[in-house]
Amino acid sequence: MKREWRMPLTILSIAIFALFIWWAQNHLNAYYIRVLSTAAIYIVAAVAYNLINGVTGQFSLGPNGFMALGGFTVALLVLPVSQKQIVYFLQPLIWPFNSFSLPQSLFIVALLLAGIVAAIGGIIIGFPTLRLKGDYLAIATFGFGEIIFVLANNLISITNGALGIKGIPEYSTLMWTWGWAIFSIIVVSNLAKSSYGRAMKAIREDEIAAEAMGINVFFHKMLAFTVSAFFAGVAGGLLATLITTVSPSLFMFTMTFNLLIIIVLGGLGSITGSAITAVLFAFLQELLRTVEAPIQLGPIHLPGVAGMRMVVFSLLLILAMLFYRRGLFGRKELSWDLILSIFERKGEGVGTTWKKEKMKLS
Amino acid sequence: MLKLENLHVYYGGIHALKGITMDVPDGKIVTLIGANGAGKSTTLRAIAGLTRAQKGSIKLMNEDITGKPAHIVTQKGVAMAPEGRRIFPNLTVLENLMMGAYPRTDKEEIFSDLDWVFSLFPRLKERQRQKGGTLSGGEQQMLAVGRALMSRPKLLALDEPSLGLAPVLVNEVFDVLRQIHEEGCTILLIEQNAKAALKLADYGYVLETGRITMSGPGRELLENEKVKKAYLGE
Repeated sequence: MKREWRMPLTILSIAIFALFIWWAQNHLNAYYIRVLSTAAIYIVAAVAYNLINGVTGQFSLGPNGFMALGGFTVALLVLPVSQKQIVYFLQPLIWPFNSFSLPQSLFIVALLLAGIVAAIGGIIIGFPTLRLKGDYLAIATFGFGEIIFVLANNLISITNGALGIKGIPEYSTLMWTWGWAIFSIIVVSNLAKSSYGRAMKAIREDEIAAEAMGINVFFHKMLAFTVSAFFAGVAGGLLATLITTVSPSLFMFTMTFNLLIIIVLGGLGSITGSAITAVLFAFLQELLRTVEAPIQLGPIHLPGVAGMRMVVFSLLLILAMLFYRRGLFGRKELSWDLILSIFERKGEGVGTTWKKEKMKLS
Repeated sequence: MLKLENLHVYYGGIHALKGITMDVPDGKIVTLIGANGAGKSTTLRAIAGLTRAQKGSIKLMNEDITGKPAHIVTQKGVAMAPEGRRIFPNLTVLENLMMGAYPRTDKEEIFSDLDWVFSLFPRLKERQRQKGGTLSGGEQQMLAVGRALMSRPKLLALDEPSLGLAPVLVNEVFDVLRQIHEEGCTILLIEQNAKAALKLADYGYVLETGRITMSGPGRELLENEKVKKAYLGE
């Protein structure tokens, strides 16, 4: 395909999609809107998570902690003052959060602050843990998620403890969630394509070789970790204003586990793969509610088992590991070239050729 | 070009380098030979900034680079082909080579250097779209050397380029090293294959359990009785 066609085609398809989202917001019922919004939030979180796990190859288990930071930040910023007085009956909310709340017009500010708080959390956590490799990093970031969980349960004057915060205004419309989803895909995939991204991929491939090539390994890991934390924080904020309540249990390790399923099934390192699997995951989660319902098989009555969905997802993960280890997309990206190469059966549409590389640089 | 002065490296309690002093003059090939565990790779890692030297100094063109992190050392003109090749297995040959040029900003000249590396290793040009991990051992070694050259280094440091290669391929790699040297690149070569290394080198150092025990022009060391006995198997 001609190079100059790609950009207009991408813009055109985003515009068509935006029209669909606008139509969906106005014509679909609340249930479908909720599922679509959840899908978009999963996209933001999964795409960000894939940057650190898939592109940079650093096995982090901490996105639930970053989402919690973002979720609570947005909740504290947008919850109306009157509602704050009702919710915090155990211990009053600390100053300055008890004296103000951002109006709907400043929702974007709340979301950006959620991302920034999470990113700062990422930097603080990254400094000690990103010197660790492989399993050690996984354990340390897992610990971070647990620390946030315990803090959220016990800092009652900020988070209202295990009771959580209720009555958050429902600001997350489809435009917000899908807007952020598309924005995160654009930012992360451009980052992965840039020279920073090349350095991140080199670190994933071989850290010592990357260091010997003159790549500042710590800086690039930190960059990936911080950007990833930022978007995870935004995703947490969107989630808080979608389901109108946050509590520590919302951001337990299950959240990270869901995201891990998404990025592994989508293909570690494939941004578009994560995005597509995130949507599939959100819809499957709803469809699979049937397996949790009581089932009447002739004379046998099977009581519903809560959590059966996760069993199905875990089985899917095991099957993928056995038979389809690279996930849906492997490390490829869904691009116009890839779509065309399926039709044309050329088979080399995705490979980087010298000419392409030359064009990219000049 | 490069001067090591009384360099000490410890791994925890193990004293790996016990005061190395050596000199790599401008435009020469210098080789460091020794048995397994003598500290050859440690010396190279210390120069490249991958391992910290606890005592002593490393000077590159009269500038002290002791304790500088690896990415700074690379920017100052030291390129390293690390032990065990360490190419990027899931990147294509071309992408591997382009990673070598990562610290450079002179985009135009990168492509003339790419042509140069392809002329040194025609095999890499044929396989430029193949993934690095699918190359044979010899080709991977060529890729590792080619990738190091892509940074257009002042000093090329190679850790055992002959490791695991068939004798024919060893000759091929060493021929290219000679060619690179003739084009003005200073080379520090770490080798277990003492014979091939000393034949090629202008000057050689013999390393034994963290100390330099002998040094001299390559040809002289080849004739030395002790070296013959210990490293050349004669």
